[in-house]
Amino acid sequence: MANYFLDNQDILFLFDHIDLQEIASLQELHAENGDADYVPQDAADAVDNYRRTLEIVGAVAAETIAPNAETVDREGNTLNDDGTVTLHPKVQENIQRMTQAELMGFTLPRKYGGLNSPNLIYTMATEVVSRADASFMNMFGLQGIAETVNAFANQEIKDEVLPRFAEGEVTGAMVLTEPDAGSDLQAVRLRAHQDEQGNWYLNGVKRFITNGCGEILLTLARSEPHISDGRGLSLFISERSEHVKVRHLEKKLGIHGSPTCELVYDNTPARLVGERQRGLITYVLALMNGARVGIATQSLGIAEAAYRLARTYAHTRHQFGRAIETIPAVAEMVTDMQVAIEAARALTYETSRVCDLENNYLRLTETCADRLEPEQLKAYKKELRALKRLNSMLTPMSKYYASEMCCRVADTTIQVLGGSGYMQDYAAERYLRDARITTIYEGTSQLQIVAAERGVTSGTFEKLVEEYEETNYQLAMLEELKQKLIGAKSELVRAIEFVKTQPTMFLDLVGRRLVDAAIVIYVGHLLLKQAVRNERKQRVARRFIESGLPELRMKCEQILARDTSAIDEYDLLAGPVPSTK
Amino acid sequence: MPYHSIVLVKQVPDTANVTAEAMKSDGTVNRAALPAIFNPEDLHALETALELRDRFGGTVTAVSMGPPKAADVLRSCLYRGANRAILLTDRRAAASDTLATSYILAQTVQAIGGADLVFAGRQAIDGDTAQVGPQCAEKLGIPQITYLEQLVDVRDRSVRVRRNTGSGWEIVEAPLPVLITVMETANRPRPEGARRVHRFKRARVEAEVAAEVKLALPDATDDEQAAETARRVEALRKQGLLIEQWDLDRIGADLDRCGLSGSPTKVFRIQAIVLTKEGYTEIPPTEEGIRRLVHELVLDHSIG
Repeated sequence: MANYFLDNQDILFLFDHIDLQEIASLQELHAENGDADYVPQDAADAVDNYRRTLEIVGAVAAETIAPNAETVDREGNTLNDDGTVTLHPKVQENIQRMTQAELMGFTLPRKYGGLNSPNLIYTMATEVVSRADASFMNMFGLQGIAETVNAFANQEIKDEVLPRFAEGEVTGAMVLTEPDAGSDLQAVRLRAHQDEQGNWYLNGVKRFITNGCGEILLTLARSEPHISDGRGLSLFISERSEHVKVRHLEKKLGIHGSPTCELVYDNTPARLVGERQRGLITYVLALMNGARVGIATQSLGIAEAAYRLARTYAHTRHQFGRAIETIPAVAEMVTDMQVAIEAARALTYETSRVCDLENNYLRLTETCADRLEPEQLKAYKKELRALKRLNSMLTPMSKYYASEMCCRVADTTIQVLGGSGYMQDYAAERYLRDARITTIYEGTSQLQIVAAERGVTSGTFEKLVEEYEETNYQLAMLEELKQKLIGAKSELVRAIEFVKTQPTMFLDLVGRRLVDAAIVIYVGHLLLKQAVRNERKQRVARRFIESGLPELRMKCEQILARDTSAIDEYDLLAGPVPSTK
Repeated sequence: MPYHSIVLVKQVPDTANVTAEAMKSDGTVNRAALPAIFNPEDLHALETALELRDRFGGTVTAVSMGPPKAADVLRSCLYRGANRAILLTDRRAAASDTLATSYILAQTVQAIGGADLVFAGRQAIDGDTAQVGPQCAEKLGIPQITYLEQLVDVRDRSVRVRRNTGSGWEIVEAPLPVLITVMETANRPRPEGARRVHRFKRARVEAEVAAEVKLALPDATDDEQAAETARRVEALRKQGLLIEQWDLDRIGADLDRCGLSGSPTKVFRIQAIVLTKEGYTEIPPTEEGIRRLVHELVLDHSIG
């Protein structure tokens, strides 16, 4: 029986390579299990559960979700006259299977019926699901909404809502974007007002809402009309009712199985989540971090699906009397794709692992402080600050790097398939259409770079890499590659120092190059670590580093050249604004 | 109203993934070389029972006869939602043919106290006889409906089933209790549930516990091992993780009707048949082409 977890050698490798027991111990420490009868006995037992869970995900992905994907893509979902949406029957079937497999409360505490899985395992699961159907990942991957409720809502809301998520009775939506508030969420206008009894009501319009037709809506709204920036926004939870209607289902390039809704709120009853005014600045930012790793993961899944198609095609397609994979140009496309996927996976999974550390330290210091030894509490708090800094760099890096990789790989797959790839006979064109959103939603690549470049220029990156540089490799080849990375870092540091002497605008202009260079060095180190006991990974690390360093040097050179013509000579170089007549 | 079902399930060698070593030189199945799997159609029988319970309430009890290793398929039943699992394992039941097997299973069903519905897969992929289900029904003295494609309805004390007749389908009705054999086309078996897997992965039959104790305490005396086994079995029982292990005495079986002595089937000859292709006929996708094809199939009695 096909299984998208068990057939993926790299995910299996990382499952063994990463210290999951460390994560499991933290995850299970003072976990909220209620009277659940499926609690693991120890960390090793928890890791065994992770593997078994992923096997189930892999089976459902391969046997149900993947075979449904093409029809779902062609037919999409349906908007009804009464402002409701009927999901495609095969999307409903996917949800039903995931519910039967008891996977809809993946990361929730067991006392609500969840699996208490760490983020890293959820990341692996969402990758496996995305490979089967990227658009379905948007349903399965919305569990961050339940997590947000768990993290910030009061006990009453949690007890009421979370078990329904875990049982698959409800799905949710994160309702942020408005016509005039996209990347700039501070501009959100949807109004929240209270009646005399203190009940909240929402009025306004939201758009581009993934699964906006879901039963539970978490809505960012302006509760303080006199405060015009992000501090005037609060987060609200409401149920689907006749007071909130889907006015429009977007027609999109890809991810057709995921309903993208325009929502109209008409005096929609709602309840406040957490505290007033912390909606954007605390809750949404926290949610967004998880969601960004989610998109990195979705990107990995699409790329994996595309790569497998290209790899198979290059092997079986014959031209000039031989398989096209024996043609050097094709061979290079195929190997570059695979190395790029493994590199992005290394970065995304490591980010996920660091997120797990941060999330658990946060949980332990905030809700279990009284059950910890004072020294331990102190250590956790100190660790937490460093992890927060690290994550605010790694999360946008992963999202940026994996999504850009995904578009490139999906594009290359069509190239490998040639004319056949352009036709609807193969899934290649669907992969490219699905891939294209990944560099846009949950923050564009350009925004990710702005978020990541702070860490790259403020010392977080250098400190992180120094730890890796201290590793001594027994194998000469690995040690040599490490030295090359050290050399490359000093070139990057020189570029960073130069940027610091320039106005901020220059940093924004060359940020992408800085972040690209930093990623090559960091991922290079991650791959070296993976290579210690795996011969194939040694080749992967070498290929990645040897092909990445010349590009890194080029980027540093471009930075030092201080070419600001894109801004200084914008009108001249861009030419006139096209006439609309 | 709630219904109580029993599902008969079997662990079989995966004959769909046959390798060169699948057969031994004497022509018998080399079970060691083939992975043991849940007999595919039994999964559909289980799904039918679980869907019935989802709709009307009640219980689903999974029963298997086989060596201790067959507890694997019972765990899989628990992962999917079965309420109870019973393994009938007894050396004296070895080498049972379909007559003896159906006798033992019928005795087991009776020892459980019967059920409203007994489900079984249409047939097992190792023997392909499709006899055990029907023989069980005969021995239990209850009606049987074979080749279920759809459980149309259950009302009070009767069931309506759409069954495959080989050349079409018919809807038949039978009073309860009834035994039903299920086809692969009946449904799509549900996946294993993650929470249930985390819980029931530790479920064991006593024989497995004994084997684990033997491995864990190789130097202990037989008595010490037995005491440790009893301790662990009791702990599992308390947690609801003990898969019941029954033997022939437990079901009051007549030993003459079990195992080799209860199995009149004798293998007369085993023949290795290699199917070879002998040319082909191209049928044009036209009315005339189809007519000629049907005519030919009628002539050689493939249909009609």
